[in-house]
Amino acid sequence: MKHTSHSTGATTGSLKSYITGFILSVVLTAMAFGAVMSEALAPRVTIITIFTAAVLQILVHLYYFLHLNSSSEARWNILAMIFTVLIMALFVGGSIWIMHNLNIRMM
Amino acid sequence: MTPAQMSTHSDTAEVFEEHGTAGHQEFGFWLYLMSDLVLFSAIFATFAVLSESYAGGPTGAELFDLSFVFIETMLLLLSSAACGMAILAMHAGKDSRVLQWLALTFLLGLGFIAMELHEFQLLIAEGHGPGRSAYLSAFFTLVGTHGLHVASGLVWMAVMMYQVKTKGLSVMVQARMMRLSMFWHFLDIVWVAVFTVVYLMGAL
Repeated sequence: MKHTSHSTGATTGSLKSYITGFILSVVLTAMAFGAVMSEALAPRVTIITIFTAAVLQILVHLYYFLHLNSSSEARWNILAMIFTVLIMALFVGGSIWIMHNLNIRMM
Repeated sequence: MTPAQMSTHSDTAEVFEEHGTAGHQEFGFWLYLMSDLVLFSAIFATFAVLSESYAGGPTGAELFDLSFVFIETMLLLLSSAACGMAILAMHAGKDSRVLQWLALTFLLGLGFIAMELHEFQLLIAEGHGPGRSAYLSAFFTLVGTHGLHVASGLVWMAVMMYQVKTKGLSVMVQARMMRLSMFWHFLDIVWVAVFTVVYLMGAL
């Protein structure tokens, strides 16, 4: 792929970072599907495995594909994302918590 | 900066970058992506709450074919990688390579949408449509919203292919391509959450 050789070091990452990101995400996806499809692990361990793989894969995508890193240009992006994650945690966690409690009380 | 100044070629690109306009546009788009994430989190919350409200209907384990979903996921990952290649070709200033990689990205994305529609169609044909249970309503809403985003991305990509072809890699076209690639990679991240929460957890 000689056409990409000129662009290494560009602000949006290099061929190497895209390939690394792609390989890592394929491995993590295969791990998660493998854990569920093989039924080799206890359900509890399987759940921990697939959620760990998902979090790792999201980090891989953010770092290798969206180029979020510790550089100063990315600081505001990360700040906005942390705020969004907080809102999401309140949203999803709060809904599950309240509705679960409600279900128990209605039994 | 006036539009006339923006529409010229690579010399202006550096000025453009220096003044940070491209960076501001990307940050603005990032804020949109974050607000889209809030929309998705509301749908995820709904799905999580209704994930066992089967109303006597089928459960996830009975409905899903995980190897099918795995292939869907691979299509989306390959598509994301191809999109990255298009961006690299763009930075190298090679119009025709950009078009080739974008076409590949588009086809892989289209394959994903085709598989998803096929899955939906099978479910509905078997009587497991969104009206069957609260669980299936939440399923169709969540997976469908992601699919709708991918479909919009495909439309956007078609427009960008047309623009690269007619306008070349102008500063504006490059800035739009950058935002398209952010959108495309973002949809991958949402899909990781979808296949983990909906398909893998559902099949357990």
